[in-house]
Amino acid sequence: MPELSLAERPHQSERPQSERAMIEIRDVTRSYGAFKALDDASLTIKEGEFFSLLGPSGCGKTTLLRMIAGFDNPTSGSIAVGGQPMDGIPANRRPTNMVFQSYAIFPHLNVEQNVAYGLKRLKLQGDEERRRVEEALAQVSLTGLGKRGATELSGGQRQRVALARALVMRPKVLLLDEPLSALDKKLREQMQVELRRLQQAVGITFVLVTHDQYEALAMSDRIAVMFGGKIAQVASPKEIYQRPVNRQVADFLGGMNFVKAEIVEENGASLVLDTLGFGRVRTDKPKAFVRNGGQATLGIRPERLRVLWDNATAKFEVAGKVVERHYFGEITHLIVEIPGLEKPLSVTETNDFGADDIPVGAPIRLAYDPEALVAMAD
Amino acid sequence: MTAAAEGSPPLRMTQVRRSALLQSEPVQGFALISPTFLYALILLVLPILVVFAHSFWTQNYLTIDHTFTLENYRVALTEPIYRDLLWRSLYISLTVSVLTVILAYPIAYFISFHGGRHKSLWLFLITIPFWTSYLLRVMSWKVILGYNGVLNSGLMGLGIIDEPSTALLYNSSAVIITLTHAWATFAILPIFVSLEKVDRTLVEAATDLGDGPLRSFLRVTLPLSTPGVVSAMLIVMIPTVGDYVTPKLVGGKDGVMIANAIQAQFGKASNWPLGAALSVTTMVIVTLMAGATVLIIRAAQRLAR
Repeated sequence: MPELSLAERPHQSERPQSERAMIEIRDVTRSYGAFKALDDASLTIKEGEFFSLLGPSGCGKTTLLRMIAGFDNPTSGSIAVGGQPMDGIPANRRPTNMVFQSYAIFPHLNVEQNVAYGLKRLKLQGDEERRRVEEALAQVSLTGLGKRGATELSGGQRQRVALARALVMRPKVLLLDEPLSALDKKLREQMQVELRRLQQAVGITFVLVTHDQYEALAMSDRIAVMFGGKIAQVASPKEIYQRPVNRQVADFLGGMNFVKAEIVEENGASLVLDTLGFGRVRTDKPKAFVRNGGQATLGIRPERLRVLWDNATAKFEVAGKVVERHYFGEITHLIVEIPGLEKPLSVTETNDFGADDIPVGAPIRLAYDPEALVAMAD
Repeated sequence: MTAAAEGSPPLRMTQVRRSALLQSEPVQGFALISPTFLYALILLVLPILVVFAHSFWTQNYLTIDHTFTLENYRVALTEPIYRDLLWRSLYISLTVSVLTVILAYPIAYFISFHGGRHKSLWLFLITIPFWTSYLLRVMSWKVILGYNGVLNSGLMGLGIIDEPSTALLYNSSAVIITLTHAWATFAILPIFVSLEKVDRTLVEAATDLGDGPLRSFLRVTLPLSTPGVVSAMLIVMIPTVGDYVTPKLVGGKDGVMIANAIQAQFGKASNWPLGAALSVTTMVIVTLMAGATVLIIRAAQRLAR
């Protein structure tokens, strides 16, 4: 398996996507007694899209995936796949295939028999079955391992067999339930790249369930972030990261500094906020912003605060004092106290210019781009 | 030994070997099973050796002639009565084990897949028949199958038959019915255990790949539970060949099995060597049948893939 360098990494959205809806989820609720695992979720997943359902455990993402697959049924609401309503259609007759978290490789069959499992029923002509199995094995780089027993495979190989077994069915939608969570870090990163490349090559709609934000950001065309059975935000990885709709989403996707703000002015496109540390700022009003009283929260990612060295100045800057320093190899994490702010700011700075040598207790000035400030409703 | 291995100092090797020997898993394992092993050696292997030795001797009224002879085996294998009894015993035990497994499988499947939180309660309920003696259970089958029994009076009351049927009791079918009921629990447990080990996600995966409930059962659940089916078959088959209480009580003269003949030789007929030869023959044939059953099930499984 050749390992890809970052430079070779396929660019996201390389393959032009159609705007046709592949999966339509309308007002779907799944209750277990009084507990709602999924609460009135609506979502449209486009054809050929790599879509991720991201959230902490118990947020309803797996429930939603299992309902698309047909292993579970909505208490209310409807799911359509490829324009066809799925109500009452059992899992074995849906145009979806799944890669299970445990991979669910049949232990009594070898690799080839595992991959051919779903094809057997189709009674294909001549050597069509063998050809398709070989093609699927080649797609996941397992050529030549067809006779290997299911119990003689490594974790990564099992994952590839599970992928091949689902892809060989040529489903309209491939569902992946935390497929990388059982792999070690290095293999996981490699498989992220491969999965993305595979999806681009076959053009099938992928729906991935994950609790790992980096996984979702690295692979997806779009992400739905879920909390407590509700969909909090659906957007591209970049927008989710840069313009989270609320503190929960912002916090789940990497670090974020939160600063209390007072709304001074609100109009169609922008907000004017008063903050203690950052003064009066004007920011874009997020699409989903719904005002809740006079208060709001202003967020800024730790890496969007830059250390100002020596006498350098910036148009927008805040001054404070370093209270903690944590070394992480390529970056240093600084905790900076700003007069007036109740919580110190987190700053991540690359070590190129010696951020790892900044002494604790030293005065520091930080530059920021007002563009990087995100307003969130309280 | 290669030249390189000869070059290493021999003293050190033995020291390492000795401590490794005491800590090796096989040695510890043997130490652990040795009480049971000794028990089995004295009470199982020695008696079998005695039986084996007797089978080559001859009974001379009250004494035993210790000259080696194969005459007993000739009688055991060629005498029509013993041949028929042996065939009947094999037929009965095979039928009983197949029937028991067929009847036990759905029960084990139900408990494992649909037992929910009450699995142990179900298993407990299944052991209830064992709270009474086996003889009482056989007797109750006599009550059910007898001339004026529950079944006959029931059928007569419903007008299905006019006079009591004598075909129910005192034949090999009665033996089969009684044994099947008696051994059901022993078949349910191993099948249940192997079904418990079947990963439910595999069934979901089969469904996801297009199989309906029956197909996924035949292609995933059943093959993965074959170890349980095989052990259930063997657990029932091996002891039932040698059963002699059941045929004696419900078998009549058509239900007599080889064990009854063996018992007669060791008892009333007082021909220990012939009884021993019959025992050894039965043991060998049962072993062969058990081995054949395992091979046939394995081959069937391989063919089904």
